[in-house]
Amino acid sequence: MEIAATLGRFTLNRIQILGRSGIFLFAAVFQTFLPPFRIRRLVKEIDFIGSKSFLIVFVTALFTGMVLGIQGYYSLSRFGAQAALGIMVALSIIRELGPVLCALMVTGRAGSAITAEIGIMKITDQFPALEMMAIDPLKYVVSPKIFAGIISLPLLTAFFDLVGIAGGYLVGVKLLGVNEGAYLGKMTAAITFTDIYGGILKSLCFGLLITWIASFMGFTAEPTTEGVSRATTNSVVLTSLSILIIDYILTSLLL
Amino acid sequence: MIKVKNLVKKYGDITVSNHLNCHFEKGKVTVILGGSGSGKTTLLRQLTGLEKPDSGSVYFNGLDLTTFTKKKLYDTRKKMGMLFQGSALFNYLNIFENIAFPLREHTKIADNIIKTIVTMKLEMVGLRGIERLMPSQLSGGMTKRVGLARAIVMDPEIIFYDEPTSGLDPISTGVIGKLIKDLNHALKITSVVVSHDIKSCFRIADNIIILFSGDIIAEGTVEEIKNSKDLRVKQFINGEPEGPIPFTRTDKNYLDDILFE
Repeated sequence: MEIAATLGRFTLNRIQILGRSGIFLFAAVFQTFLPPFRIRRLVKEIDFIGSKSFLIVFVTALFTGMVLGIQGYYSLSRFGAQAALGIMVALSIIRELGPVLCALMVTGRAGSAITAEIGIMKITDQFPALEMMAIDPLKYVVSPKIFAGIISLPLLTAFFDLVGIAGGYLVGVKLLGVNEGAYLGKMTAAITFTDIYGGILKSLCFGLLITWIASFMGFTAEPTTEGVSRATTNSVVLTSLSILIIDYILTSLLL
Repeated sequence: MIKVKNLVKKYGDITVSNHLNCHFEKGKVTVILGGSGSGKTTLLRQLTGLEKPDSGSVYFNGLDLTTFTKKKLYDTRKKMGMLFQGSALFNYLNIFENIAFPLREHTKIADNIIKTIVTMKLEMVGLRGIERLMPSQLSGGMTKRVGLARAIVMDPEIIFYDEPTSGLDPISTGVIGKLIKDLNHALKITSVVVSHDIKSCFRIADNIIILFSGDIIAEGTVEEIKNSKDLRVKQFINGEPEGPIPFTRTDKNYLDDILFE
């Protein structure tokens, strides 16, 4: 009996949190479409989530592409199919690694910062202060972050794809001597619009997911130093896991 | 200015506002006194609409705040200023932008006029010249004064102070007390101060309300409170550890607790 009750309470609790986070997202998104529009806040958030992630995305993409170049060459040369290296690198990056790795890197860099920032604002009474100044904290703080995530992630992913393919080219063509025409030509012929569209759609979802979870965790953090540090850890772990799970679901739906 | 009628607020089993009735006069400084956990901050939050009471009403200029829509509440809040216990400055903005924030959000005032207003408000709290510093570079007393400058930047009708002197040295405490009094005189602003600092309270207050575990145990002018015959009031204003207000919180018998598990 005891176990059943505990299990039931736990489940109800989780469902409640899920519902609350849904309402939270809806309110934040809904508020965005009411004036006044906070373009400057949005630009600032895009700068933080997007532009400032460029370097980390660049390095991740370059080395991912290069490793794919080596591994792909090794595997493909067993069947004497080195010429297909370009297709292999491009397909794996555009369809899978680009959106996922990019989202994971942004989670670590920006997602944690968002949770910590919102948590600290909560500790220091900045939300009631905004309320007292007749400003809706959700609209002022959260909405720009969510939209910045939705705008930044696809752009970062496109950048990741480009750099990743260049990394593969660097290793495959320049270092291991795969034919340049084969690498690029076969790639452009084989990649379809559906591949690119799928990747972009994934990155849109991840952009929403990262900023949503990070903001919600910050907003609901216990207002103590320990509470904020726990919320930050939970936020990164939960976002990373959700990205991988949602990635599987989206892939299976898109294929 | 503000009239409270039959206000009830409960957190779980604990009643933090127990059928409160009180009234805050226009142009006066009213201090809400009480020990920690007496429900004074909760009362303040209900006066501003930050928290909704379980039942009862808060009349602001004759209108019941608890029934307001969000938009109406926000419009009313533009006439209110609040100094938070930790000042609640935005740590990513410098002092100038912190004070200018409500003006930028709610008005279309030109930049050079905003600059004049901010300079004037900083002069009022005696801190002109620190516009470019960040909040983290200020001492506790200075942070409070900047918070005060931000609270008055929209020229409110009423200012709420949440523990304005807690954690400050005696001189800063005196400065803040004097500022509250001066602002009240110069700008005719109604002030509501939540505090447990008896000394500075007697210096600045016109009226005093004393709260004890959710109940108002005394209400009146400074003289009336000082001459009160109520033992709880006497104990509180003299800061005596022994008296009708118990030090321990639990109802359980101490001996029972030790001897029987």
